[in-house]
Amino acid sequence: MIGKVAQIVLLSSTLVACTNDREIAAGADNAPKSQGQLVFEEHCIACHGSEIGNPGEPFMPGTGALDAKYDGTLPAVLTERTDLTPTVVAYFVRNGAGMMPFFRKTDIDDDELAALGLYLSNTEEEQ
Amino acid sequence: MKPEGVGQASWEAALSAFEQAIGSERVFTSDEDIALYRDAYSPMWGEADERLISAAVAPTSTEEVQAIVRTANQFGIPIYPISTGKNLGYGGSAPNLSGSVVVDLKDMRSIIEVDDERHFAIVEPGVSYFDLFDYIQERDLKCWIDCPDPGWGSLVGNALEHGVGHTWYTYRDHFASHCGMEVVLPNGDIVRTGMGALPGSKTWSDFRYGFGPDMDGIFGQGNFGIVTKMGFHLMPQPDAFISKKVRVPRRRDIIPLVKITNEFEYGGILGMPIYESPLTQLQAAGDEELGALMDSPEVWHNDSLDLLAASRELPFWECTLQFYGPREGIYANFDFVKDRILAEIPDAEFVDLEELQFPLSQEEQASVRHKVAVGIPNLNIFSVSARSRTNPNPGDGHLLFSPVIPRTGTDLLEAQQIFGEALRGSPLASLYTPFTPPFTWLHRCFALACGFPISRSDPSINAASRDAMETVIRIGAENGYGEYRTPPLFQDLVSSTYSYNNHALRRLTETVKDAVDPNGIIAAGRNGIWPKHLRERRQ
Repeated sequence: MIGKVAQIVLLSSTLVACTNDREIAAGADNAPKSQGQLVFEEHCIACHGSEIGNPGEPFMPGTGALDAKYDGTLPAVLTERTDLTPTVVAYFVRNGAGMMPFFRKTDIDDDELAALGLYLSNTEEEQ
Repeated sequence: MKPEGVGQASWEAALSAFEQAIGSERVFTSDEDIALYRDAYSPMWGEADERLISAAVAPTSTEEVQAIVRTANQFGIPIYPISTGKNLGYGGSAPNLSGSVVVDLKDMRSIIEVDDERHFAIVEPGVSYFDLFDYIQERDLKCWIDCPDPGWGSLVGNALEHGVGHTWYTYRDHFASHCGMEVVLPNGDIVRTGMGALPGSKTWSDFRYGFGPDMDGIFGQGNFGIVTKMGFHLMPQPDAFISKKVRVPRRRDIIPLVKITNEFEYGGILGMPIYESPLTQLQAAGDEELGALMDSPEVWHNDSLDLLAASRELPFWECTLQFYGPREGIYANFDFVKDRILAEIPDAEFVDLEELQFPLSQEEQASVRHKVAVGIPNLNIFSVSARSRTNPNPGDGHLLFSPVIPRTGTDLLEAQQIFGEALRGSPLASLYTPFTPPFTWLHRCFALACGFPISRSDPSINAASRDAMETVIRIGAENGYGEYRTPPLFQDLVSSTYSYNNHALRRLTETVKDAVDPNGIIAAGRNGIWPKHLRERRQ
């Protein structure tokens, strides 16, 4: 046994709802979150949220990158986009983009990736 | 791909044994899946010598790690453990030896224990800084983590790589702040170090040494086992935090400034000082006057840059001073530090940056300006090199060079010049200048680190970065500067610079390697330590 306190499994198959700044950026409320939103909050929002970056940086890194890339023609915050599809989301997660590395299946498995794609393409309710 | 020297029948038998031990869904062999274990910032991306894997296995328990190690021993399969594989800039998840099977520990995500009275945590390798932070916040525990710039990495993996953070000096050296390990040895045995060796011990993560030799060190940057649990000391949540900025006008003002900040940091008054120079922003903006001055070899010695800074009403150096503790006490400490600085640099100027009182609400956490300074994990550091309005054509990663130099202003100025002149004429010469600031994560020295650019589409950029890396490693070593950490591609070279007494240290580690891992299955070549049967691979 390890120590005297019972082992506490943080994440075996369950995604823990965040209670820090990542949740705020997603718009915390009492509504149950979809699996896709939970995946977004765990893996994406720390770069693609709407908060401030480090000193001198007005945006988080992913949001700043898309702000520069699209120059106002598309929203810089991913959750504000209406043009994303599950295929596009899956491509970037599995291939990366610039400084963003690709994500392994132990990070985001295929089911979670599908849920993320639905969430970011705003098609969850159609399923 | 299969591991070199392993027959087809053995390979298939090993894969079958892996599947039997952990389930076929946790054994990754498809091209699509194993491509995800490439080093996203590889300096050899797409070239023949890029380090690639043959398969990946993802255990969920120590017992499964044991089964994997035993199978690897039985069939002679080289394995390469990763925790979360986020060691970007230092190799990511790719091994030294192509064809290795990655043991991906990401799904070992148990937080075993957090104690906010004795201030420690015990975690498995897949637990990230985000995970532990969330756990602490959800339970309103009165302790802090110390996180590196990217918060998605593993506490275990970062500490084992001798990674660093940003808070108080006793916590931001992550290996130094660990206390207790559980390790699966190459023969499948489990060892617990320190007090963990005592069955029923009540102090595994309080007292590191236990009884007898302290063996933990060989598992840091080593290849002698797979760490499956690790304890860490945590910082008590302080009452308050303040940060101030001191600005000094001349290049050589860094000499008294470092002397004073060293004294107060080592004396327990000051947190991590952060040195910067506004001239780096002029350089990034392509300032022509600055560029012209930089063309002269005399720029290292004359006062031309001091005069330029003055003409632009800029300080030459800025240093953020951070204080943790009771509010009244840290303001008194700041006043004392301020007086000492003014006594030696009378024209220094001070600016208020931030005051925080703990605990913070979620809204207050979101608005903290430099979150890692108060143990809030984030990924904001990627803005340094990601696309932005000021960096519209970024690279695809970076190759980190991290030489350790003495923490004095005089040594800093000397090292700037040594590395600057080493790269003179190179397209990367602008990375070392008379105003390149030092990093202070290593609390008793400077890391005069830089990131050489990486491209996933232009091999010539990677070739230039590799050339520059080799140059500065060699010239650094000639001047007494060694790296504290480097990617696999350069680990043999860096290891070869630690050559005192005919490479006595490497001969010792090889002796241990041969004894502990006689079949050489774990992380062959890691940090220059090759098993006997592959020793001729050293580059």
